[in-house]
Amino acid sequence: MSLLEVKDLHANVGEEDGQEILKGLNLQIQAGEVHAIMGPNGSGKSTLANVLSGRPGYTVTRGSLSLESEDLSHLEPHERAQAGLFLAFQYPVEIPGVSNMEFLKASTDSLAKAHNAEQPDAASFIRQVRTLAETLDLDPQFLKRGVNEGFSGGEKKRNEILQLLLLDPKMAILDETDSGLDIDALKVVAEGVNRYRSANNGVLLITHYQRLLDYIVPDVVHVLADGQIIQSGDKNLALELEAKGYTWLT
Amino acid sequence: MSQPSVDDLVAARREYSAGFITDVEADTLPPGLNEDVIRFISARKDEPDWLTEWRLQAYRQWQEMSEPDWPHLHYPKISFQDISYYSAPKSQADGPRSLDEVDPELLRTYEKLGIPLHEQAALAGVVPDPEQPSSNVAVDVVFDSVSIATTFKQKLADAGVIFCPISEAVKSHPELVKKYLGSVVPQRDNFYAALNSAVFSDGSFVYIPKGVRCPMELSTYFRINERNTGQFERTLIIADAGSHVSYLEGCTAPMRDENQLHAAVVELVALEDAEIKYSTVQNWYPGDENGRGGIYNFVTKRGLCAGARAKISWTQVETGSAITWKYPSVVLRGDDSVGEFYSVALTNNRQQADTGTKMIHMGKNTRSTIVAKGISAGRSDSSYRGLVRVSPTAAHARNFTQCDSLLIGDLCGAHTFPYIENKNNTAIIEHEASTSKVSDDQLFACQQRGIDTEKAVSMIVNGFCKEVFRELPMEFAVEAGKLLEVSLEGAVG
Ligand SMILES: Nc1ncnc2c1ncn2[C@@H]1O[C@H](COP(=O)(O)OP(=O)(O)O)[C@@H](O)[C@H]1O
Ligand SMILES: [Mg+2]
Repeated sequence: MSLLEVKDLHANVGEEDGQEILKGLNLQIQAGEVHAIMGPNGSGKSTLANVLSGRPGYTVTRGSLSLESEDLSHLEPHERAQAGLFLAFQYPVEIPGVSNMEFLKASTDSLAKAHNAEQPDAASFIRQVRTLAETLDLDPQFLKRGVNEGFSGGEKKRNEILQLLLLDPKMAILDETDSGLDIDALKVVAEGVNRYRSANNGVLLITHYQRLLDYIVPDVVHVLADGQIIQSGDKNLALELEAKGYTWLT
Repeated sequence: MSQPSVDDLVAARREYSAGFITDVEADTLPPGLNEDVIRFISARKDEPDWLTEWRLQAYRQWQEMSEPDWPHLHYPKISFQDISYYSAPKSQADGPRSLDEVDPELLRTYEKLGIPLHEQAALAGVVPDPEQPSSNVAVDVVFDSVSIATTFKQKLADAGVIFCPISEAVKSHPELVKKYLGSVVPQRDNFYAALNSAVFSDGSFVYIPKGVRCPMELSTYFRINERNTGQFERTLIIADAGSHVSYLEGCTAPMRDENQLHAAVVELVALEDAEIKYSTVQNWYPGDENGRGGIYNFVTKRGLCAGARAKISWTQVETGSAITWKYPSVVLRGDDSVGEFYSVALTNNRQQADTGTKMIHMGKNTRSTIVAKGISAGRSDSSYRGLVRVSPTAAHARNFTQCDSLLIGDLCGAHTFPYIENKNNTAIIEHEASTSKVSDDQLFACQQRGIDTEKAVSMIVNGFCKEVFRELPMEFAVEAGKLLEVSLEGAVG
């Protein structure tokens, strides 16, 4: 059983009659694997992440998507999250007035509730979050601020990784988490992702640059162009892309 | 035993959970209003002649007045002759007695509402934790037109605090009532205040003596039960020099298809160095999602900082009523006196609210703060209307106003009508306003972390209201949050 399985996925923006962005995409990720998806701007990388996580505004017209054999297509976004799917956003959104800590607690509690697990008590939860924040070089003060409110680009991305480590999902999709980061921040993020990796979970790294893959070494690299995976290979494919650009493939 | 909070009102249910009807035999006047009706009400309450005359005078003035047409509200004309102006549960016809004699049916009603009427039980420790501030709330309950019971009377009396139905205060403390009734909201202040002055039924009376810090929160619950009755309660709170009191008002009404009128008057008087904190959690029946039924809430609330350094603070969480017309205000007459207004007004479905405040600066160095948060969902419409007036005498007056609107969905409306009248050039007046929307991206970000949309909306709305909730007495802040959650159900998705 694959952890994540995408078969012949076709998806449009908007309704049934919208523009087709994903045009028959296939992908299988086994537990313990890290896959990278690379591709030029506008090739559909974020669309794939959005369709997998059930973001409104897209319509799946054909194909299937499943997590541990559970069909995702009929689940609400929060149910997909509860099933273990996590998306680190390319552009994390600000939620003024809701403190980061409050948000993290609400999220942890919702997931615990969905799994009939006990919700952590507030004191130990706060300790856990503070410790995580430190490992990601985030000032504990930021936990009191509104979610992503006034955060720098780098802080927003590290905040996504903090959530990844805290929620410990089965399947993590990281949408260009590396873009806009300086090299030090990139290392912190990569370290976080490597800490998250285990034999039981999977990672789908969406990136535009080979650079990230020096720090998070993928098992498989895919090239996405015009809504389809046109080539797959090992980590060397990324180096080749870096050297030659995308055009030699398309 | 439940606490005197809005717990049960907000029990996580989809429908308005306070919407049950109590089956008690009532003594109700037929609809209609004339001088005889007023004399009947006054006689029923065994009132002194001066009060009967006062009512009649108000009635005559009311007849000359017309309904305000300036609010941003749309509703069919109210037929004031189709309303009954007096309703009392029959067994209470002789006025409130001891709790043991209260109709058990009524007691059950209030139990359902989460109000512990049974003083005995409360004192005997059925509310077990003495550390819990909520076990330390004295409650007056007004059912339709009559005050049913006031708890903790003795403990308050020991502190010299008077907390009783106003109908009782008229007899036991006529000098206070005579002196202050209508002193802040004159009979002819406005159409609804005049009507209230003519027909007011009951309400609470509070007097805190000089230098006394009221030993507990005071609280009144209002409930409209009878069909086609109006509720016209009258509350009068006097804080004598150097005293302090915190007062909370809650309200509910059964679900009914027809609209019911509520026109209350609340007057606060804070003498030198006195402080009154008045909090409201207004949860009158809002009508159904198509706008059928619901309470028309036309309320006049005003406080007078009569002495130097007096402070009056209004905090309101308004989630109920089909129509809300309400501007809790402060007249800052004493030098260095302080007025505050913290408000959350939430409208959903077809609800309409036109609410805000008036801060009237007269004394020197008077300060006022206004924080108004409006949340509109569904097809509702919410307006903030605020007046800051600085008289020539109010040197160095200061006002800060912050007025924020949050929209949920595309069909609702939010409006802001700030009025500033400044006649003193040493005054400093600041105004900030913002409008934001709960965005689809925010909702998706929450959902992607496992939080469903209803919870997400309530979390965002609660965050938006934080500055106001902070001002509520502790045990009610949590309830206010839950109340918003219930009121917003179905607002998204
Ligand atoms: N919500 C949307 N509305 C309209 N067009 C969209 C939307 N999302 C994606 N697209 C279009 O789909 C294509 C793929 O976009 P995207 O998935 O963001 O690419 P990538 O992440 O690979 O840069 C682009 O042409 C983009 O304009
Ligand atoms: Mg993208």
